[in-house]
Amino acid sequence: MKIPIYMDYHATTPVDRRVLEAMLPYFSEEFGNAASKSHAFGWRAEEAVEAAREEVAKLVGASAKEIVWTSGATESDNLAVKGAAQFYQSKGKHLVTCKTEHKAVLDSMHALERQGFEVTFLDVEKDGRLDPARLAAALRKDTTLVSIMHANNETGVVHPIEEIGRVTRAAGVLFHCDAVQGVGKIPFDVEKANVDLASLSAHKMYGPKGMGALYVRRKPRVRLVAQMDGGGHERGFRSGTLNVPGIVGFGKAAELARLEGAAEAERVLALRERLRRGLQAGLDLLTVNGSLAHRVPGNLNVSFAYVEGEALMMAIKDVAVSSGSACTSASLEPSYVLRAMGISEDLAHSSIRFGLGRFTTAEEVDHVIRLVVEKVAKLREMSPLYEMVKDGVDLSQIEWANPH
Amino acid sequence: MAYSEKLLDHYENPRNVGSLDKNDPDVGTGLVGAPACGDVMKLQIRVSDDGVIEDAKFKTFGCGSAIASSSLVTEWVKGKTVDEALTIKNTDVANELNLPPVKIHCSVLAEDAIKAAVADWQKKHGMAPTVKPDTVQGDRAALLERGVLKSGI
Repeated sequence: MKIPIYMDYHATTPVDRRVLEAMLPYFSEEFGNAASKSHAFGWRAEEAVEAAREEVAKLVGASAKEIVWTSGATESDNLAVKGAAQFYQSKGKHLVTCKTEHKAVLDSMHALERQGFEVTFLDVEKDGRLDPARLAAALRKDTTLVSIMHANNETGVVHPIEEIGRVTRAAGVLFHCDAVQGVGKIPFDVEKANVDLASLSAHKMYGPKGMGALYVRRKPRVRLVAQMDGGGHERGFRSGTLNVPGIVGFGKAAELARLEGAAEAERVLALRERLRRGLQAGLDLLTVNGSLAHRVPGNLNVSFAYVEGEALMMAIKDVAVSSGSACTSASLEPSYVLRAMGISEDLAHSSIRFGLGRFTTAEEVDHVIRLVVEKVAKLREMSPLYEMVKDGVDLSQIEWANPH
Repeated sequence: MAYSEKLLDHYENPRNVGSLDKNDPDVGTGLVGAPACGDVMKLQIRVSDDGVIEDAKFKTFGCGSAIASSSLVTEWVKGKTVDEALTIKNTDVANELNLPPVKIHCSVLAEDAIKAAVADWQKKHGMAPTVKPDTVQGDRAALLERGVLKSGI
């Protein structure tokens, strides 16, 4: 077993060797600019780009012409949200999203607010999912765009996007879906979910960083105001010379996900459940944050009550995970995603996100279970809160003096 | 975030973890912070008849810096008189452990814990507290100004 152990697959994934091999020729021998129409260097690059476009489209049930290459999902989210809101602003200036969205969507929405748009930020249920009825109730005559993610990056909770798509389609409102955490792991089909715009990222599915795509529906046609002006690449949606090696890598990663995704999901889910059961067998006062049934296979977001998340991460320093604890950010605020689900601040501070993926092994999972059980027990022995609770003190009844 | 060796040593081998009998008249208990903020420190001191801190124990819910800060102050207060212990400043703790700016509040909490423990002991002995544990507002203001703390935290 290799130490350190990587269990942060939501943050990023390693490039699959097969993806890397597909990419390598496009750095040196096949270095042409895909926009060079006058010679073979350009033609071969373009051919590779279009083959990759087919692959990415196939993975999400789209046609190749509906895929626009970007530099990553943050750019895709910006282009979709700002581009659609701005293009359709004569129809209305009301937008709807959800409080647990990725910052790339939330901050794009905030930027639009400063441009005079009105945005409704919907609450989620305790299990982290959006109730489609809540969405339906928020729609207005002047609503033009709804942006709801497929799976959440912190909790792995999967929204009922097909029901959401029915609501938006019936209301004649565009539906943008940040599908970064779901695609390649669980089925995602733009037709089944009536998605009009979808953000995709290569590095979350064993492709390279700095490579993304935006699905833009053609029937009925969705139009956008470009956010990057220039040479008019990507049918004017996104100017800039194409990242050919990155695109080739994305295409290969999509192909692998299409061919192997279902089997991989099954294997990763079994490992995730092995981890969850192992932790629950070894520790009390452990809560899974968000719906277990509606969750991507590789995610386990848990709170270890009375143990602070960053302290636990330091204790298991040979395991790469992340935490919703404030101590991992400069803001001193715990995870807004967990807070929006109604999880108390102290449990948000105690949360750890385990992300399992393609290269996770059962041996690694067993090692992590042993380590976490041991370290949580040690930190609880050191925790005044755990001591008080064991002595029968109700912590909610204490007036905490001197709060920082 | 890179932590100093001293901090890691105190985190990995914390000194004086445990509890003293909070009902013992010679024991002063300070409990500072709040679970919602991600930091709670309990510091206990046992004070001899001549006002010397003979023993100190801590338990902390918090990040590695909070645990290390409380471990350090238990070492520092032992053998000091209560008056000497009150001269320990958060900046001493922050400098000793080389705390990064976002972790300065951990050292503030450690200083508060000493003050709260001494005040509790003084109260048990019918003395007026030398320093009220909530009088570190000046330091908080400085932290707010530097953007280390956000208002409302």
